[in-house]
Amino acid sequence: MSEVPEPTHRRRSHAGTRDLERYAGLFAERTTVMRSSAMRDLMAITARPEVISLAGGLPDTSTFPPQSFAAQMTRIAQESAAEALQYGPTEGFEETKDCILEVMGAEGMLPDPDDIIVTTGGQQAIDLVCKTLVDPGDVVICEAPTYPGAVPVFCSYQADVVQVECDEDGMRVEVLEQLLADLRREGRKLKFIYSVPSFQNPAGVTMSLQRRHQLVELARANELLVIEDNPYGLLRYEGEPMPPLYQLDGGDFVIYLGTFSKILSPGIRLGWAVAPPPVMEKIVLGKQAADLCTSTLTQYFVREYFAERRWQQYVDNLVEIYRGRRDTMIEALRMHFPAEATWTEPEGGLFIWATLPDYIDTGDLLAKALRADVAFVPGQAAYVDGRGRHSMRLNFSGVSDDEIREGVRRIGKVIAEQVELYEALTGEQRVAEPAEESAPNVVPFRKAGGEAG
Amino acid sequence: MKVAVLKGGRSLERGVSLRSGARVEDALERLGHEVLPIDVGPDLVKRLVAERPEVAFVAMHGVGGEDGTVQELLEILGIPFTGPGAAACARCMDKVLAKDAIEETGLPTPDWFACNQTAFREFGAADALGHLEESLGFPLVVKPSRGGSALGVKFAAAPGEVPQALVSAFIYDERVLLERYVEGRELAVSILGDEPLPVVEAVPLTGDRYDFEARYEIGRTRFACPAELSAEEERAVTEAALATYRALGCTGFARIDLILAADGPWLLEANAIPGLTDTSLLPQAAEAAGLSFEQLVERILELALEPAAA
Repeated sequence: MSEVPEPTHRRRSHAGTRDLERYAGLFAERTTVMRSSAMRDLMAITARPEVISLAGGLPDTSTFPPQSFAAQMTRIAQESAAEALQYGPTEGFEETKDCILEVMGAEGMLPDPDDIIVTTGGQQAIDLVCKTLVDPGDVVICEAPTYPGAVPVFCSYQADVVQVECDEDGMRVEVLEQLLADLRREGRKLKFIYSVPSFQNPAGVTMSLQRRHQLVELARANELLVIEDNPYGLLRYEGEPMPPLYQLDGGDFVIYLGTFSKILSPGIRLGWAVAPPPVMEKIVLGKQAADLCTSTLTQYFVREYFAERRWQQYVDNLVEIYRGRRDTMIEALRMHFPAEATWTEPEGGLFIWATLPDYIDTGDLLAKALRADVAFVPGQAAYVDGRGRHSMRLNFSGVSDDEIREGVRRIGKVIAEQVELYEALTGEQRVAEPAEESAPNVVPFRKAGGEAG
Repeated sequence: MKVAVLKGGRSLERGVSLRSGARVEDALERLGHEVLPIDVGPDLVKRLVAERPEVAFVAMHGVGGEDGTVQELLEILGIPFTGPGAAACARCMDKVLAKDAIEETGLPTPDWFACNQTAFREFGAADALGHLEESLGFPLVVKPSRGGSALGVKFAAAPGEVPQALVSAFIYDERVLLERYVEGRELAVSILGDEPLPVVEAVPLTGDRYDFEARYEIGRTRFACPAELSAEEERAVTEAALATYRALGCTGFARIDLILAADGPWLLEANAIPGLTDTSLLPQAAEAAGLSFEQLVERILELALEPAAA
């Protein structure tokens, strides 16, 4: 037998990691705002198999038929192996853009294909937009609460992030207007307003039509860019579809971000951005520098998949499943959360935002919840300024009905223990609020006063 | 030498522990030891008995790994291990026990009261809160008696903030303490063997100095090592830390946290197994003393294998 060296799986020996100071001198300024905290360590425990995690944001990919996946990939291998394994254009393939046009068309949008760039997931689209527009110290406005994954992107470009409160009709545009006036007076440079107008992550709320019009007009009047991030628009479980900001504006002052992650698969890492030509030109240069092009292989996969003309049927199927899970979660919240708790009842998307009595810190509650083998995202993750301490984000798309019921029951139990303890500490007796007739124990998104979360 | 590295476990500080453990494993390998990494779980004893390591490097933090539980087990199995023994670990982990021990030696520690959750749930201890608050004054700090990092440590500026601070602290332990807040410089003295290492100072950079969680976030606190202290201050601080280390019965290593106020050092607590990650304070202090991480790990191993002094 020939001597084959044992495969080694040893960790690279970090000669010199000991000397943090030596590297510290080399780190870019922007790394100092990339934070690590005890709370992040806590989140690491949510990966334990026995934990029911309502903390994720995962679509349910188990609903995608494996035979269909196999057939499409086989076809690619047989008919276009060499091309699918090759680099592609930085902007993305025309065929991928055709698929994007179909998806955007389903929500009433008709962009020029030349205004589209295919990106490595929607997350890269956020990154490229920031790379193109943000200088250190520039102001970026987003919702309060906002998509937790956007905060590190804004911070890594050293933006000064300012948040505008939401209520059940989305971002409060009148507050935004006031803020714009304040910023102007202070002479600060605003670059864009980031919004997830439909079924917002994390709050689950949808911006009303009136506010959409107001926001678009405000952008126009002030020649400001709005970044519309719309990953969930097609996942509507009830109510009338709402026109995207992009459609209302016609694409002059709205940069649109889309993704295949929630309607097909996040694993293929395919998203896109639509921007006016001068902005797009810069975004393309940024994309070239970042990764040359988006995966050719997964673009071929999407092309094959859309050729079967069943993508809408698959989305309908997801809508069916997620609607049921949302209903299950709302029912479980009514059953297991205390009378003082409020939560949003989203018409679509993946998340419910629940707010507890203000003496409960959801960061600490997570430690207790983990002992009960259940996890959620503490609300603080959706704010840049420490607010949100009494709220939590709950995901219903990536977990089964049984897990939702059991997970919410477990969270309800740890909350009840905290409520009881607080009463023992203060001598206050909880007075059960009289239930409203239509929706007992449920209040929609808390009207944002001082602290929305 | 065959060295078992015990890490992970189920404590809330699992994440930090895995990072400490990984770093120790790297160093041990570079030092030429045979490394047996163990993510501590139900098979711990079985694995230790089967593998028979010559020494165990305990890189665990929080309940289970830092409170004497694992140490007791290792004592029973007759496997030498790094860091303080079971009894000292139990004393360090429990801030109430630690403060008792510190007080007995006559060293200054901020005034405090301890309370069990049962006292509030069943004996109406809430009625005593006013009295406690009056005697401690505001601001005060509410801490879980047993718990690591800054988890559950809350600051209360006024009586109205005490109940919710308690509700959070009780998540981490059945027993909490209310402690008078002492204004001053925050210092940490790591002790290796019987030798104090250079003092580290935590200097908050931004935001609320009472946000204890922020204190441990990279970028919000700067750690200065060695801390800028006068010769007299340094002597007072290291002597107080060393006396605390001995009073708690620590061996191997430990980190003593204290406040240097206008009237001298006030002792807060001891960490039996301080973090060993690349941002932790003990390795920084060792570095300032001219010890590389490998040399630190080697020294910790030597101390574990020294015949017990007692």
